[in-house]
Amino acid sequence: MSEQVDLGRRKLLTAATAATGAIGAGLAVSPFLASWKPSARAKALGAPVEIDISKLEAGAMIKVEWRGKPVWVVRRTPEMLGGLSQHDALLLDPGSDGSKQPAFAKNAARAVKPEYFVVLGVCTHLGCSPMSKFTVGEVEAGWPGGFYCPCHGSKFDLAGRVFKGVPAPSNLEVPPYAFVGEGKIIVGTEGAQAA
Amino acid sequence: MASTESHNASKPQGGLNGWINARFPLDKMLREHITEYYAPKNFNFWYYFGSLALFVLILQLVTGIFLTMNYKPSATEAFGAVEYIMRDVEWGWLIRYLHSTGASAFFIVIYLHMFRALLYGSYKAPRELLWLLGMAIYLALMAEAFMGYLLPWGNMSFWGAQVIVSLFGTIPVIGDGLVEWIRGDYYISDITLNRFFALHVVALPLVLVFLVAAHVLALHEVGSNNPDGVEIKKTKGADGKPLDGIPFHPYYTVKDLFGLGVFLTIFCGIVFFKPDGWGMFLEAPNFEPANPMQTPPHIAPVWYFTPFYAILRAVPSFLGTQIWGVIAMFGAIVLLALLPWLDRSPVKSMRYRGWVPKLALAVFAVTFVMLGYLGLKPATGIFPLLARVFTVLYFAYFLLMPWWSRMGATKPVPERVTYDAH
Amino acid sequence: MHIKKTWLVAVAAGLMTTMTHGALASSEGPHLASAGNDIFSQASLQRGARNFVGYCLGCHSAKYVRWNRVAADLGIPEADLKSIQFTGQRPFDTMVSGMPPEAAKRWFGNAPPDMSLLARARGTDYIYSYLMSFYADDSRPHGVNNLVLPGTAMPHVLAGLQGLQQPVYATHTGEDGKPQSVVEKLEAGDAGQLAPEQYASFVRDTVNFIEYIGEPVQAKRRTLGVWVVLFLLVFTAFAYLLKQEYWKDVK
Repeated sequence: MSEQVDLGRRKLLTAATAATGAIGAGLAVSPFLASWKPSARAKALGAPVEIDISKLEAGAMIKVEWRGKPVWVVRRTPEMLGGLSQHDALLLDPGSDGSKQPAFAKNAARAVKPEYFVVLGVCTHLGCSPMSKFTVGEVEAGWPGGFYCPCHGSKFDLAGRVFKGVPAPSNLEVPPYAFVGEGKIIVGTEGAQAA
Repeated sequence: MASTESHNASKPQGGLNGWINARFPLDKMLREHITEYYAPKNFNFWYYFGSLALFVLILQLVTGIFLTMNYKPSATEAFGAVEYIMRDVEWGWLIRYLHSTGASAFFIVIYLHMFRALLYGSYKAPRELLWLLGMAIYLALMAEAFMGYLLPWGNMSFWGAQVIVSLFGTIPVIGDGLVEWIRGDYYISDITLNRFFALHVVALPLVLVFLVAAHVLALHEVGSNNPDGVEIKKTKGADGKPLDGIPFHPYYTVKDLFGLGVFLTIFCGIVFFKPDGWGMFLEAPNFEPANPMQTPPHIAPVWYFTPFYAILRAVPSFLGTQIWGVIAMFGAIVLLALLPWLDRSPVKSMRYRGWVPKLALAVFAVTFVMLGYLGLKPATGIFPLLARVFTVLYFAYFLLMPWWSRMGATKPVPERVTYDAH
Repeated sequence: MHIKKTWLVAVAAGLMTTMTHGALASSEGPHLASAGNDIFSQASLQRGARNFVGYCLGCHSAKYVRWNRVAADLGIPEADLKSIQFTGQRPFDTMVSGMPPEAAKRWFGNAPPDMSLLARARGTDYIYSYLMSFYADDSRPHGVNNLVLPGTAMPHVLAGLQGLQQPVYATHTGEDGKPQSVVEKLEAGDAGQLAPEQYASFVRDTVNFIEYIGEPVQAKRRTLGVWVVLFLLVFTAFAYLLKQEYWKDVK
């Protein structure tokens, strides 16, 4: 049946049809995959949130929800800030080299203004929300004050830096944020957005 | 391409293929249904629609699954959820239009597929069960489409469901209770929407997939009919293969691929340029949320139901009940299923039948289209009379078939199919 | 072979008739003027957006439409959004009217409908004609009536621009044999701020925007559609050649 068949032409056409079909299938699949990306509503709900810190007292903390996660703002006292440099040897990542934070927060206090510490209250181990244990010695002897995760016992200092020997592998994440106007922080964007 | 060793399944194979085939009849299935399924070589235009129907089924399943990811089956949220899909979900508009246009495309393809069976007598022995399975698919598809139409929770969704569900209320004695039971409420409500959703996205798709698999298996058991109505299995070559048959793959896979290309071009043309189908696929009143207080001024079912809707309206109520219209409507579908036993012609294909059956089929085709048209029109002026005339013609086609199908001289059916090689 | 062709023609003709008539069925009711708007004209859409925000949004919401989507689609810088948004609204909020629905119901008898899908439900010609055909009618609470929607609850918000048209009545014999007074045509009354053709173009821009919010993706969809269809034609051509090639075997 196929003595005079031009196999070359047949192969070429098969390849051309298959290639076009494969490209078409790929193009057809991509909208379906893209439909899983955060929708316009999710983006609206996950938009930057404003936090009023004008009434935040020294040594106190407020919690705000942003994108379904707790964001903490701690107004650190000079004593708290002073204590930060005392225990670098006990920390896993004192320089925050292997941790997530915006470039502006990769410093000793992990903050733009050292007084105000903004951090995601999500343990870098398995996503529980640690508890604030600011009092020295509150968790154990020699506790310098910080955060303690009730799930698996991870410990963080008052700059969210993780101690050695606990399950959490890195420091608490600092979200993008900026100071806007008088006594206001906007979380979710690094650019000072006039709001 | 069929590999050479696949011709001899008893010979042990190596590799992954061998490992699988020792445990699952993969090669055997591919052979029986694809590479060594022998189909008549004389298929024409009308034989594209089976594979296209399968394609549209898959399209509806995939787009439907993705719509379900963002849809909310609740009376307060459904309408907004559709707009959410259309506006906020990336590419949601495309997925929704593919699904809504796909529904209409499904019926266009299925109606052409069924017409093919009427044209070439594909329902006749030994394909009666194949035809019945096809009719079951058609019924399930109508139920699927009807329930899916409620989900956008537009005003047409609401009133369409209201009217169709009320049909069951015409059944004497149990009617009212039955309607209440179907709705689960005293009107089409959140509760109704919720159960229709469950049936539309889970139950009926399962039924459809099962029936389609059975339909294809039955087809491959008896073999495809063809425009000549000649059984190709009667004339086999020395190798036991039908002389007029060609392997489905590659010949019909490439042919159907071409058919798919043409179909997709037209289909995407509608999806991208006329997704409301000139107001027939997405109806204007359905862009207003369901309002139990206000019926749209002009209410008609979606176009694919209108032939039967026209029959429903054409039959007057008498003896104090309007059930006759409902009986006529369902009877119109049942009669289709009875075709294999109504048709007494000795030949299958219209090509070799006399002028009476040809004329009858032509009249029937026009009747069906006209009923569909009349179902869209208001029941005023000349339209109700026309609807009655065509309803009578519809039933005459079936009920008189045992007689007219034997009228007129048939032409001799050839032993072999007619085919001109290009 | 011959039969086949006849069938095709018959079925195609049937379908065409059905389609055309289905389309016509939607144009019943009062005679509507053609809106003649162009969804691809960003300039017109921008003007329409300004008109919509200035004259419609006070009472009508477009609750499915996000401000920033409008800005992105219409080429309006997001910074400019602030100047047209109500205070306290953020860019990603939806276009919700400042009027509480209960108050609206009290003032107008029923709540002004949401505009998100109006163009899809009623058509652009309907909205255009509606906005063109307000006329003075002292019997109505707001002193105006409308040819397209008689007894409308909406005041003529654009009267300052259009001026107030005066009806010219004619007497016809009704179906019951009694004479009826019918509005035959509308005449210009007091002049508005805009000349008639300026007003028509103002309405056209506004209707254009209302059509846009009915389906924000419309222009993109049609542009993309050209490429999709072209691609599919290429695929179909290859598939056809492939089919012809293989079918050389079939004798």
